[in-house]
Amino acid sequence: MAERIQRSKNTGDRETSRDESVAPDATTAQGERLKAEMDDILDEIDDVLETNAEDFVKSYIQKGGE
Amino acid sequence: MALAKVCGIETEYGIIVKGADPNPVAASSVLINAYVTSVTRRIDWDFVDEHPGNDARGFSWEDSLPPEVEPQLVNAVLTNGSRYYVDHAHPEISTPECRTPSQALLYDRAAEEIVRSSMQLVRSYLPAEAEIVLYKNNSDGKGNSYGCHENYLLDRAVPFGRLVSEITPHFVTRQVFTGAGKVGCEHPAFSPPDVPFQISQRADFFEEEVGLETTLKRPIVNTRDEPHCDPLKYRRLHVIVGDANLSEVATFLKLGTTAIVLAMIEDGAISRDLTLADPVTAVRQVSHDPTLRQTVALRTGERMTALDVQWALYEMAERYAARDGLECLGGDGPLVLSRWHEVLSGLSSDPLSVASVVDWVAKKRLVDAFAERHGLGTYDARTKALDLQYHDMRAEKSIARRVGLETVCLDDDVRRAMTEPPSDTRAYFRGRVLARWPESVVAANWDSIVFDVGRDPLRRVPMMEPLRGTRELVGDLVENSADVTELLARLGD
Repeated sequence: MAERIQRSKNTGDRETSRDESVAPDATTAQGERLKAEMDDILDEIDDVLETNAEDFVKSYIQKGGE
Repeated sequence: MALAKVCGIETEYGIIVKGADPNPVAASSVLINAYVTSVTRRIDWDFVDEHPGNDARGFSWEDSLPPEVEPQLVNAVLTNGSRYYVDHAHPEISTPECRTPSQALLYDRAAEEIVRSSMQLVRSYLPAEAEIVLYKNNSDGKGNSYGCHENYLLDRAVPFGRLVSEITPHFVTRQVFTGAGKVGCEHPAFSPPDVPFQISQRADFFEEEVGLETTLKRPIVNTRDEPHCDPLKYRRLHVIVGDANLSEVATFLKLGTTAIVLAMIEDGAISRDLTLADPVTAVRQVSHDPTLRQTVALRTGERMTALDVQWALYEMAERYAARDGLECLGGDGPLVLSRWHEVLSGLSSDPLSVASVVDWVAKKRLVDAFAERHGLGTYDARTKALDLQYHDMRAEKSIARRVGLETVCLDDDVRRAMTEPPSDTRAYFRGRVLARWPESVVAANWDSIVFDVGRDPLRRVPMMEPLRGTRELVGDLVENSADVTELLARLGD
Protein backbone atom coordinates (compact mmCIF):
# COMPACT_ATOMS: atom_id res chain seq x y z
CA MET A 1 0.00 0.00 0.00
CA ALA A 2 2.76 2.42 0.98
CA GLU A 3 4.54 1.63 -2.29
CA ARG A 4 1.34 2.29 -4.22
CA ILE A 5 0.95 5.73 -2.71
CA GLN A 6 4.58 6.38 -3.63
CA ARG A 7 3.87 5.50 -7.24
CA SER A 8 3.75 8.96 -8.73
CA LYS A 9 7.11 10.60 -8.96
CA ASN A 10 8.14 13.64 -7.03
CA THR A 11 7.72 16.62 -9.31
CA GLY A 12 11.02 18.18 -8.32
CA ASP A 13 12.00 21.18 -6.32
CA ARG A 14 9.65 23.98 -5.53
CA GLU A 15 11.74 26.54 -7.39
CA THR A 16 12.12 24.44 -10.53
CA SER A 17 8.66 22.99 -10.72
CA ARG A 18 7.29 25.40 -13.31
CA ASP A 19 7.29 23.87 -16.75
CA GLU A 20 9.24 26.74 -18.29
CA SER A 21 11.59 24.54 -20.25
CA VAL A 22 8.80 22.84 -22.18
CA ALA A 23 8.61 23.89 -25.82
CA PRO A 24 5.44 25.80 -26.81
CA ASP A 25 4.17 23.14 -29.23
CA ALA A 26 4.54 20.48 -26.53
CA THR A 27 2.39 22.63 -24.25
CA THR A 28 -0.23 22.95 -26.96
CA ALA A 29 -0.19 19.22 -27.57
CA GLN A 30 -0.61 18.62 -23.86
CA GLY A 31 -3.43 21.17 -23.73
CA GLU A 32 -5.21 19.40 -26.57
CA ARG A 33 -4.75 16.03 -24.95
CA LEU A 34 -6.23 17.37 -21.69
CA LYS A 35 -9.16 18.90 -23.56
CA ALA A 36 -9.88 15.63 -25.36
CA GLU A 37 -9.70 13.81 -22.03
CA MET A 38 -12.12 16.32 -20.50
CA ASP A 39 -14.49 15.94 -23.47
CA ASP A 40 -14.55 12.17 -22.90
CA ILE A 41 -15.30 12.66 -19.22
CA LEU A 42 -18.13 15.10 -20.03
CA ASP A 43 -19.60 12.68 -22.57
CA GLU A 44 -19.60 9.88 -20.02
CA ILE A 45 -21.06 12.09 -17.31
CA ASP A 46 -23.89 13.26 -19.54
CA ASP A 47 -25.16 9.67 -19.45
CA VAL A 48 -25.30 9.40 -15.66
CA LEU A 49 -26.36 12.91 -14.60
CA GLU A 50 -29.55 13.28 -12.58
CA THR A 51 -32.23 14.07 -15.15
CA ASN A 52 -33.83 17.11 -13.56
CA ALA A 53 -31.00 19.15 -12.05
CA GLU A 54 -33.24 21.84 -10.61
CA ASP A 55 -35.53 19.38 -8.78
CA PHE A 56 -32.57 17.37 -7.57
CA VAL A 57 -30.80 20.41 -6.12
CA LYS A 58 -34.02 21.68 -4.54
CA SER A 59 -34.88 18.36 -2.94
CA TYR A 60 -31.39 17.70 -1.60
CA ILE A 61 -32.07 18.85 1.95
CA GLN A 62 -30.16 17.55 4.96
CA LYS A 63 -30.45 18.04 8.65
CA GLY A 64 -27.33 19.45 10.27
CA GLY A 65 -25.20 16.76 11.83
CA GLU A 66 -22.25 16.08 14.15
CA MET B 1 9.59 11.95 21.55
CA ALA B 2 6.19 12.20 19.84
CA LEU B 3 3.65 9.47 20.60
CA ALA B 4 2.54 7.02 17.93
CA LYS B 5 -0.05 8.93 15.93
CA VAL B 6 -2.90 6.47 16.28
CA CYS B 7 -5.70 7.93 14.17
CA GLY B 8 -9.12 7.39 12.64
CA ILE B 9 -11.88 9.08 10.64
CA GLU B 10 -15.61 9.49 11.34
CA THR B 11 -17.79 10.27 8.33
CA GLU B 12 -21.42 11.34 8.38
CA TYR B 13 -23.03 10.67 5.02
CA GLY B 14 -25.72 12.80 3.45
CA ILE B 15 -28.86 10.72 2.88
CA ILE B 16 -31.88 11.05 0.62
CA VAL B 17 -34.83 8.72 0.19
CA LYS B 18 -36.48 8.39 -3.20
CA GLY B 19 -40.03 7.08 -3.45
CA ALA B 20 -40.62 6.23 0.24
CA ASP B 21 -40.90 7.85 3.69
CA PRO B 22 -38.26 10.58 3.55
CA ASN B 23 -37.54 10.57 7.32
CA PRO B 24 -33.71 10.48 7.41
CA VAL B 25 -33.50 8.99 10.91
CA ALA B 26 -35.73 6.05 9.99
CA ALA B 27 -33.94 5.64 6.65
CA SER B 28 -30.51 5.66 8.33
CA SER B 29 -31.68 3.03 10.84
CA VAL B 30 -33.11 0.65 8.26
CA LEU B 31 -30.01 1.10 6.08
CA ILE B 32 -27.59 0.22 8.87
CA ASN B 33 -29.72 -2.65 10.14
CA ALA B 34 -29.88 -4.07 6.62
CA TYR B 35 -26.09 -4.25 6.54
CA VAL B 36 -25.46 -5.36 10.10
CA THR B 37 -28.01 -8.17 10.10
CA SER B 38 -26.57 -9.44 6.84
CA VAL B 39 -23.03 -9.78 8.17
CA THR B 40 -23.32 -10.63 11.87
CA ARG B 41 -25.48 -10.70 14.93
CA ARG B 42 -25.86 -7.06 15.93
CA ILE B 43 -23.66 -6.03 18.87
CA ASP B 44 -24.68 -2.73 20.40
CA TRP B 45 -22.48 0.12 21.40
CA ASP B 46 -21.86 0.63 25.11
CA PHE B 47 -22.36 4.26 26.16
CA VAL B 48 -21.04 4.02 29.71
CA ASP B 49 -17.72 5.73 28.91
CA GLU B 50 -19.07 8.49 26.66
CA HIS B 51 -18.44 12.02 27.96
CA PRO B 52 -18.75 14.29 24.95
CA GLY B 53 -19.39 17.33 27.15
CA ASN B 54 -15.98 17.35 28.83
CA ASP B 55 -13.93 20.33 27.73
CA ALA B 56 -10.19 20.04 27.06
CA ARG B 57 -9.63 23.50 28.50
CA GLY B 58 -10.64 22.14 31.88
CA PHE B 59 -13.87 24.05 32.53
CA SER B 60 -17.45 22.82 32.55
CA TRP B 61 -19.94 23.18 29.72
CA GLU B 62 -22.69 24.99 31.58
CA ASP B 63 -22.66 27.87 29.10
CA SER B 64 -22.39 25.83 25.95
CA LEU B 65 -24.29 23.00 24.39
CA PRO B 66 -22.78 19.59 25.06
CA PRO B 67 -23.21 17.18 22.16
CA GLU B 68 -26.09 14.79 22.65
CA VAL B 69 -25.64 11.07 23.01
CA GLU B 70 -28.54 9.19 21.43
CA PRO B 71 -28.42 5.65 22.80
CA GLN B 72 -31.87 4.76 21.42
CA LEU B 73 -30.70 4.92 17.80
CA VAL B 74 -29.09 2.09 15.87
CA ASN B 75 -25.51 1.79 16.96
CA ALA B 76 -23.47 -1.26 16.08
CA VAL B 77 -19.91 -2.51 16.26
CA LEU B 78 -18.46 -4.29 13.23
CA THR B 79 -15.88 -7.07 13.11
CA ASN B 80 -13.37 -4.72 11.49
CA GLY B 81 -13.41 -2.75 14.75
CA SER B 82 -15.42 0.18 13.41
CA ARG B 83 -18.68 1.68 14.64
CA TYR B 84 -21.69 2.05 12.31
CA TYR B 85 -24.51 4.17 13.68
CA VAL B 86 -27.18 6.82 13.27
CA ASP B 87 -25.88 10.21 14.34
CA HIS B 88 -28.59 12.85 14.42
CA ALA B 89 -30.15 12.30 11.01
CA HIS B 90 -27.21 10.71 9.19
CA PRO B 91 -25.63 7.29 8.89
CA GLU B 92 -22.08 7.50 10.20
CA ILE B 93 -19.09 5.19 10.25
CA SER B 94 -16.13 5.66 12.56
CA THR B 95 -13.12 3.71 11.37
CA PRO B 96 -11.25 1.59 13.91
CA GLU B 97 -8.16 3.01 15.56
CA CYS B 98 -5.36 2.85 12.97
CA ARG B 99 -1.60 2.86 13.42
CA THR B 100 -0.78 4.83 10.25
CA PRO B 101 -2.40 7.33 7.87
CA SER B 102 -2.36 4.79 5.02
CA GLN B 103 -4.17 2.29 7.25
CA ALA B 104 -6.79 4.89 8.20
CA LEU B 105 -7.23 5.64 4.48
CA LEU B 106 -7.80 1.92 3.86
CA TYR B 107 -10.49 1.76 6.56
CA ASP B 108 -12.15 4.92 5.26
CA ARG B 109 -12.30 3.23 1.86
CA ALA B 110 -13.70 0.11 3.51
CA ALA B 111 -16.36 2.33 5.13
CA GLU B 112 -17.30 3.60 1.65
CA GLU B 113 -17.75 0.03 0.47
CA ILE B 114 -19.81 -0.77 3.57
CA VAL B 115 -22.25 2.06 2.83
CA ARG B 116 -22.30 1.07 -0.85
CA SER B 117 -23.16 -2.48 0.15
CA SER B 118 -25.77 -1.13 2.61
CA MET B 119 -27.52 0.81 -0.18
CA GLN B 120 -27.82 -2.47 -2.13
CA LEU B 121 -28.94 -4.59 0.82
CA VAL B 122 -31.60 -2.13 2.00
CA ARG B 123 -33.43 -2.37 -1.33
CA SER B 124 -35.12 -5.59 -0.22
CA TYR B 125 -36.66 -3.69 2.72
CA LEU B 126 -38.09 -0.93 0.51
CA PRO B 127 -40.89 -0.71 -2.06
CA ALA B 128 -39.69 -1.73 -5.52
CA GLU B 129 -39.29 1.80 -6.89
CA ALA B 130 -37.82 3.25 -3.68
CA GLU B 131 -34.14 3.91 -3.07
CA ILE B 132 -31.91 5.25 -0.29
CA VAL B 133 -28.92 7.17 -1.63
CA LEU B 134 -25.88 8.31 0.35
CA TYR B 135 -23.53 11.20 -0.39
CA LYS B 136 -20.02 11.57 1.00
CA ASN B 137 -20.09 15.34 1.28
CA ASN B 138 -20.51 17.92 4.03
CA SER B 139 -23.29 20.31 3.09
CA ASP B 140 -26.62 20.46 1.29
CA GLY B 141 -25.98 23.88 -0.23
CA LYS B 142 -28.73 25.36 1.94
CA GLY B 143 -26.77 26.07 5.09
CA ASN B 144 -26.90 22.60 6.66
CA SER B 145 -23.59 20.90 7.33
CA TYR B 146 -22.53 17.49 8.62
CA GLY B 147 -19.04 16.40 9.43
CA CYS B 148 -16.06 14.31 8.55
CA HIS B 149 -14.01 14.23 11.73
CA GLU B 150 -10.51 12.97 12.35
CA ASN B 151 -9.00 11.77 15.61
CA TYR B 152 -5.35 11.69 16.67
CA LEU B 153 -3.66 10.36 19.79
CA LEU B 154 -1.72 13.05 21.62
CA ASP B 155 0.39 13.36 24.73
CA ARG B 156 -1.71 14.82 27.54
CA ALA B 157 1.38 16.77 28.70
CA VAL B 158 1.22 19.18 25.74
CA PRO B 159 -0.37 22.41 27.03
CA PHE B 160 -3.72 22.79 25.28
CA GLY B 161 -3.27 26.52 24.62
CA ARG B 162 -0.03 25.94 22.72
CA LEU B 163 -1.62 23.08 20.82
CA VAL B 164 -4.44 25.40 19.68
CA SER B 165 -2.18 28.21 18.49
CA GLU B 166 0.28 25.88 16.71
CA ILE B 167 -2.22 23.60 14.95
CA THR B 168 -4.62 26.35 13.81
CA PRO B 169 -2.45 27.62 10.90
CA HIS B 170 -2.43 24.06 9.51
CA PHE B 171 -6.20 23.65 9.94
CA VAL B 172 -6.85 26.94 8.15
CA THR B 173 -4.51 26.33 5.21
CA ARG B 174 -4.44 22.55 4.60
CA GLN B 175 -7.71 22.96 2.69
CA VAL B 176 -5.68 23.86 -0.41
CA PHE B 177 -5.17 20.11 -0.83
CA THR B 178 -7.89 18.63 1.43
CA GLY B 179 -10.79 20.80 0.20
CA ALA B 180 -13.53 18.88 -1.60
CA GLY B 181 -14.78 21.94 -3.51
CA LYS B 182 -18.22 23.51 -3.55
CA VAL B 183 -20.38 25.37 -6.04
CA GLY B 184 -21.80 28.44 -4.28
CA CYS B 185 -21.55 29.78 -0.76
CA GLU B 186 -23.46 29.25 2.49
CA HIS B 187 -21.82 31.88 4.66
CA PRO B 188 -24.53 34.21 6.00
CA ALA B 189 -22.63 37.32 4.89
CA PHE B 190 -22.72 36.30 1.22
CA SER B 191 -25.36 35.25 -1.26
CA PRO B 192 -24.57 31.94 -2.97
CA PRO B 193 -23.64 33.36 -6.40
CA ASP B 194 -21.15 35.80 -4.78
CA VAL B 195 -18.77 32.86 -4.54
CA PRO B 196 -19.51 30.70 -7.59
CA PHE B 197 -16.90 28.10 -6.60
CA GLN B 198 -14.93 27.65 -3.39
CA ILE B 199 -12.24 25.27 -2.16
CA SER B 200 -13.89 23.79 0.92
CA GLN B 201 -17.29 22.28 1.71
CA ARG B 202 -16.99 23.27 5.35
CA ALA B 203 -15.28 26.68 5.55
CA ASP B 204 -18.55 28.64 5.52
CA PHE B 205 -19.60 27.03 8.81
CA PHE B 206 -16.78 27.99 11.20
CA GLU B 207 -17.55 30.79 13.62
CA GLU B 208 -15.13 30.31 16.53
CA GLU B 209 -11.41 29.67 16.94
CA VAL B 210 -11.82 27.15 19.73
CA GLY B 211 -14.80 25.57 21.50
CA LEU B 212 -16.79 22.50 22.46
CA GLU B 213 -19.70 22.60 20.02
CA THR B 214 -19.84 20.66 16.78
CA THR B 215 -23.32 21.59 15.54
CA LEU B 216 -23.61 25.30 16.33
CA LYS B 217 -20.97 28.03 16.35
CA ARG B 218 -18.50 25.46 15.03
CA PRO B 219 -14.91 26.00 16.20
CA ILE B 220 -11.73 25.47 14.13
CA VAL B 221 -10.25 23.59 17.11
CA ASN B 222 -12.75 21.40 18.92
CA THR B 223 -12.18 20.95 22.66
CA ARG B 224 -14.14 17.76 23.26
CA ASP B 225 -12.07 16.05 25.94
CA GLU B 226 -13.07 12.44 25.63
CA PRO B 227 -9.84 10.50 25.20
CA HIS B 228 -11.37 6.98 25.01
CA CYS B 229 -8.10 5.80 26.60
CA ASP B 230 -6.02 6.51 29.70
CA PRO B 231 -6.95 10.16 30.44
CA LEU B 232 -3.86 10.76 32.56
CA LYS B 233 -1.50 9.97 29.68
CA TYR B 234 -3.39 10.77 26.52
CA ARG B 235 -5.54 13.24 24.70
CA ARG B 236 -7.64 12.48 21.63
CA LEU B 237 -7.66 15.52 19.37
CA HIS B 238 -11.10 15.56 17.74
CA VAL B 239 -10.77 17.48 14.47
CA ILE B 240 -13.99 18.79 12.94
CA VAL B 241 -12.63 21.26 10.40
CA GLY B 242 -12.05 18.85 7.51
CA ASP B 243 -13.96 17.98 4.35
CA ALA B 244 -14.87 14.40 3.44
CA ASN B 245 -12.63 13.40 0.54
CA LEU B 246 -13.30 11.16 -2.41
CA SER B 247 -9.66 11.36 -3.48
CA GLU B 248 -7.68 8.67 -1.67
CA VAL B 249 -4.48 10.68 -1.84
CA ALA B 250 -6.27 13.70 -0.32
CA THR B 251 -7.44 11.58 2.62
CA PHE B 252 -3.91 10.23 3.04
CA LEU B 253 -2.46 13.76 2.97
CA LYS B 254 -5.10 15.14 5.33
CA LEU B 255 -4.22 12.50 7.94
CA GLY B 256 -0.50 12.34 7.25
CA THR B 257 0.31 16.05 7.26
CA THR B 258 -1.84 16.63 10.35
CA ALA B 259 -0.14 13.75 12.17
CA ILE B 260 3.28 15.22 11.37
CA VAL B 261 2.35 18.74 12.50
CA LEU B 262 0.91 17.30 15.73
CA ALA B 263 4.11 15.31 16.32
CA MET B 264 6.13 18.50 15.82
CA ILE B 265 3.93 20.25 18.36
CA GLU B 266 4.48 17.43 20.87
CA ASP B 267 8.24 17.67 20.34
CA GLY B 268 8.36 21.48 20.47
CA ALA B 269 9.57 21.63 16.86
CA ILE B 270 7.37 24.48 15.57
CA SER B 271 10.20 26.97 15.26
CA ARG B 272 8.42 29.63 13.20
CA ASP B 273 5.48 31.58 14.60
CA LEU B 274 2.67 31.23 12.05
CA THR B 275 -0.10 32.26 14.45
CA LEU B 276 -2.94 33.82 12.47
CA ALA B 277 -4.43 37.17 13.44
CA ASP B 278 -8.00 36.07 12.68
CA PRO B 279 -8.30 32.36 11.87
CA VAL B 280 -12.10 32.42 11.47
CA THR B 281 -11.91 35.06 8.73
CA ALA B 282 -8.85 33.39 7.22
CA VAL B 283 -10.46 29.96 6.82
CA ARG B 284 -13.24 31.53 4.77
CA GLN B 285 -10.92 33.83 2.78
CA VAL B 286 -8.74 30.90 1.74
CA SER B 287 -11.73 28.81 0.74
CA HIS B 288 -13.33 31.60 -1.27
CA ASP B 289 -10.30 32.08 -3.53
CA PRO B 290 -9.57 29.14 -5.87
CA THR B 291 -6.80 31.21 -7.50
CA LEU B 292 -4.82 30.63 -4.26
CA ARG B 293 -3.57 34.23 -4.33
CA GLN B 294 -5.50 35.41 -1.25
CA THR B 295 -3.23 36.31 1.66
CA VAL B 296 -4.12 35.99 5.33
CA ALA B 297 -2.83 38.11 8.21
CA LEU B 298 -0.44 36.68 10.78
CA ARG B 299 -0.24 37.95 14.32
CA THR B 300 3.24 39.26 13.47
CA GLY B 301 1.64 41.61 10.91
CA GLU B 302 3.02 39.67 7.96
CA ARG B 303 0.62 38.44 5.25
CA MET B 304 1.02 35.03 3.64
CA THR B 305 -0.93 32.92 1.17
CA ALA B 306 -2.25 29.55 2.37
CA LEU B 307 0.36 27.90 0.16
CA ASP B 308 3.13 29.97 1.79
CA VAL B 309 1.94 28.79 5.21
CA GLN B 310 1.89 25.20 3.98
CA TRP B 311 5.42 25.53 2.55
CA ALA B 312 6.60 26.93 5.89
CA LEU B 313 5.06 23.96 7.71
CA TYR B 314 6.50 21.56 5.15
CA GLU B 315 9.99 23.00 5.55
CA MET B 316 9.78 22.66 9.33
CA ALA B 317 8.53 19.09 8.88
CA GLU B 318 11.44 18.21 6.60
CA ARG B 319 13.95 19.48 9.18
CA TYR B 320 12.08 17.72 11.98
CA ALA B 321 12.10 14.44 10.05
CA ALA B 322 15.84 14.70 9.39
CA ARG B 323 16.57 15.40 13.05
CA ASP B 324 14.02 13.30 14.97
CA GLY B 325 12.78 10.77 12.42
CA LEU B 326 9.10 10.09 11.92
CA GLU B 327 8.71 6.75 13.71
CA CYS B 328 5.47 8.08 15.20
CA LEU B 329 3.88 7.66 11.72
CA GLY B 330 4.71 3.95 11.72
CA GLY B 331 6.61 3.91 8.42
CA ASP B 332 4.43 6.39 6.51
CA GLY B 333 6.59 9.44 7.30
CA PRO B 334 8.79 9.64 4.15
CA LEU B 335 5.77 8.99 1.94
CA VAL B 336 3.72 11.74 3.55
CA LEU B 337 6.60 14.17 3.11
CA SER B 338 7.13 13.33 -0.56
CA ARG B 339 3.44 13.51 -1.43
CA TRP B 340 3.05 16.72 0.58
CA HIS B 341 5.95 18.26 -1.37
CA GLU B 342 4.48 17.02 -4.64
CA VAL B 343 1.02 18.48 -4.04
CA LEU B 344 2.39 21.85 -2.87
CA SER B 345 4.68 22.00 -5.92
CA GLY B 346 1.77 21.24 -8.22
CA LEU B 347 -0.53 23.79 -6.60
CA SER B 348 2.27 26.40 -6.72
CA SER B 349 2.98 25.95 -10.44
CA ASP B 350 -0.27 24.81 -12.04
CA PRO B 351 -3.21 23.63 -9.88
CA LEU B 352 -4.63 21.65 -12.82
CA SER B 353 -1.57 19.40 -12.54
CA VAL B 354 -2.97 17.97 -9.29
CA ALA B 355 -6.49 17.31 -10.62
CA SER B 356 -5.92 13.59 -10.05
CA VAL B 357 -5.29 13.98 -6.32
CA VAL B 358 -7.07 17.13 -5.07
CA ASP B 359 -10.86 16.92 -4.98
CA TRP B 360 -11.59 20.63 -5.35
CA VAL B 361 -9.32 20.90 -8.40
CA ALA B 362 -10.90 17.81 -10.01
CA LYS B 363 -14.37 19.20 -9.31
CA LYS B 364 -13.57 22.73 -10.49
CA ARG B 365 -12.00 21.49 -13.72
CA LEU B 366 -15.15 19.50 -14.40
CA VAL B 367 -17.58 22.27 -13.42
CA ASP B 368 -15.72 24.78 -15.63
CA ALA B 369 -15.70 22.45 -18.63
CA PHE B 370 -19.36 21.52 -18.10
CA ALA B 371 -20.38 25.19 -17.81
CA GLU B 372 -18.45 26.04 -20.97
CA ARG B 373 -19.95 23.18 -22.96
CA HIS B 374 -23.51 24.09 -21.95
CA GLY B 375 -23.10 27.87 -21.94
CA LEU B 376 -23.78 28.21 -18.22
CA GLY B 377 -22.35 30.41 -15.48
CA THR B 378 -20.27 28.67 -12.80
CA TYR B 379 -23.12 29.05 -10.31
CA ASP B 380 -26.15 27.35 -11.81
CA ALA B 381 -28.62 24.63 -10.81
CA ARG B 382 -26.93 22.26 -13.27
CA THR B 383 -23.42 22.88 -11.95
CA LYS B 384 -24.71 22.59 -8.37
CA ALA B 385 -26.29 19.25 -9.30
CA LEU B 386 -22.92 18.17 -10.69
CA ASP B 387 -21.28 19.26 -7.42
CA LEU B 388 -23.71 17.17 -5.33
CA GLN B 389 -23.47 14.18 -7.62
CA TYR B 390 -19.66 14.23 -7.41
CA HIS B 391 -20.24 12.74 -3.93
CA ASP B 392 -22.95 10.18 -4.87
CA MET B 393 -21.94 6.84 -3.32
CA ARG B 394 -23.66 4.72 -5.99
CA ALA B 395 -20.93 3.38 -8.28
CA GLU B 396 -23.16 3.82 -11.32
CA LYS B 397 -23.91 7.47 -10.46
CA SER B 398 -20.69 8.68 -8.82
CA ILE B 399 -19.01 11.53 -10.67
CA ALA B 400 -15.87 11.33 -8.54
CA ARG B 401 -15.24 7.83 -9.95
CA ARG B 402 -15.26 9.25 -13.47
CA VAL B 403 -12.83 12.16 -13.25
CA GLY B 404 -9.55 10.25 -13.19
CA LEU B 405 -8.68 10.38 -9.48
CA GLU B 406 -5.58 8.34 -8.64
CA THR B 407 -6.38 5.20 -6.66
CA VAL B 408 -3.88 3.76 -4.22
CA CYS B 409 -5.85 1.17 -2.21
CA LEU B 410 -6.01 -2.31 -3.71
CA ASP B 411 -9.52 -3.77 -4.07
CA ASP B 412 -8.57 -6.95 -2.18
CA ASP B 413 -7.19 -4.93 0.75
CA VAL B 414 -10.37 -2.83 0.89
CA ARG B 415 -12.56 -5.94 0.78
CA ARG B 416 -10.60 -7.53 3.61
CA ALA B 417 -10.76 -4.32 5.67
CA MET B 418 -14.57 -4.45 5.54
CA THR B 419 -14.51 -7.41 7.94
CA GLU B 420 -11.02 -7.69 9.43
CA PRO B 421 -9.60 -5.21 11.95
CA PRO B 422 -6.16 -3.58 11.85
CA SER B 423 -3.69 -5.96 13.50
CA ASP B 424 -1.60 -3.37 15.30
CA THR B 425 -4.04 -1.47 17.54
CA ARG B 426 -6.60 -2.51 20.17
CA ALA B 427 -9.17 -2.63 17.33
CA TYR B 428 -7.70 -6.08 16.65
CA PHE B 429 -9.00 -7.39 20.00
CA ARG B 430 -12.41 -5.72 19.59
CA GLY B 431 -12.91 -6.95 16.04
CA ARG B 432 -11.65 -10.49 16.50
CA VAL B 433 -13.53 -11.33 19.71
CA LEU B 434 -16.66 -10.01 18.02
CA ALA B 435 -16.04 -12.21 14.99
CA ARG B 436 -15.27 -15.29 17.08
CA TRP B 437 -17.82 -15.03 19.91
CA PRO B 438 -20.64 -12.67 18.90
CA GLU B 439 -23.04 -14.51 21.24
CA SER B 440 -20.84 -13.70 24.27
CA VAL B 441 -20.19 -10.02 23.56
CA VAL B 442 -22.94 -7.96 25.17
CA ALA B 443 -21.62 -4.56 24.20
CA ALA B 444 -18.43 -2.84 23.13
CA ASN B 445 -17.03 0.65 22.86
CA TRP B 446 -13.67 2.23 22.13
CA ASP B 447 -12.06 1.39 25.46
CA SER B 448 -13.85 -1.69 26.76
CA ILE B 449 -15.76 -4.84 25.88
CA VAL B 450 -18.47 -6.41 28.02
CA PHE B 451 -18.71 -10.22 27.96
CA ASP B 452 -21.52 -12.50 29.10
CA VAL B 453 -19.86 -15.72 30.22
CA GLY B 454 -23.14 -17.38 31.08
CA ARG B 455 -23.22 -16.50 34.77
CA ASP B 456 -23.43 -13.18 36.64
CA PRO B 457 -21.86 -10.74 36.75
CA LEU B 458 -21.01 -9.59 33.22
CA ARG B 459 -17.27 -9.17 32.70
CA ARG B 460 -15.95 -5.84 31.44
CA VAL B 461 -12.49 -5.92 29.85
CA PRO B 462 -10.98 -2.44 29.76
CA MET B 463 -8.72 -1.42 26.85
CA MET B 464 -7.20 1.85 28.00
CA GLU B 465 -4.08 1.52 25.84
CA PRO B 466 -4.67 2.01 22.09
CA LEU B 467 -1.54 0.02 21.20
CA ARG B 468 -2.32 -3.02 23.33
CA GLY B 469 -4.78 -5.69 22.30
CA THR B 470 -2.79 -6.08 19.06
CA ARG B 471 -2.29 -9.34 17.18
CA GLU B 472 1.31 -9.44 18.38
CA LEU B 473 0.24 -9.18 22.04
CA VAL B 474 -3.03 -11.14 22.20
CA GLY B 475 -3.26 -12.93 18.83
CA ASP B 476 -2.52 -16.35 20.32
CA LEU B 477 -5.11 -15.89 23.10
CA VAL B 478 -7.81 -14.62 20.78
CA GLU B 479 -7.29 -17.07 17.95
CA ASN B 480 -6.58 -20.19 20.04
CA SER B 481 -8.84 -19.96 23.10
CA ALA B 482 -11.68 -22.46 22.83
CA ASP B 483 -14.27 -20.13 24.30
CA VAL B 484 -14.72 -16.81 26.09
CA THR B 485 -14.24 -18.37 29.51
CA GLU B 486 -10.80 -19.61 28.48
CA LEU B 487 -10.00 -16.27 26.83
CA LEU B 488 -10.84 -14.31 29.98
CA ALA B 489 -8.94 -16.75 32.19
CA ARG B 490 -5.83 -16.48 30.00
CA LEU B 491 -6.15 -12.66 29.81
CA GLY B 492 -6.20 -12.59 33.62
CA ASP B 493 -3.00 -14.63 33.91
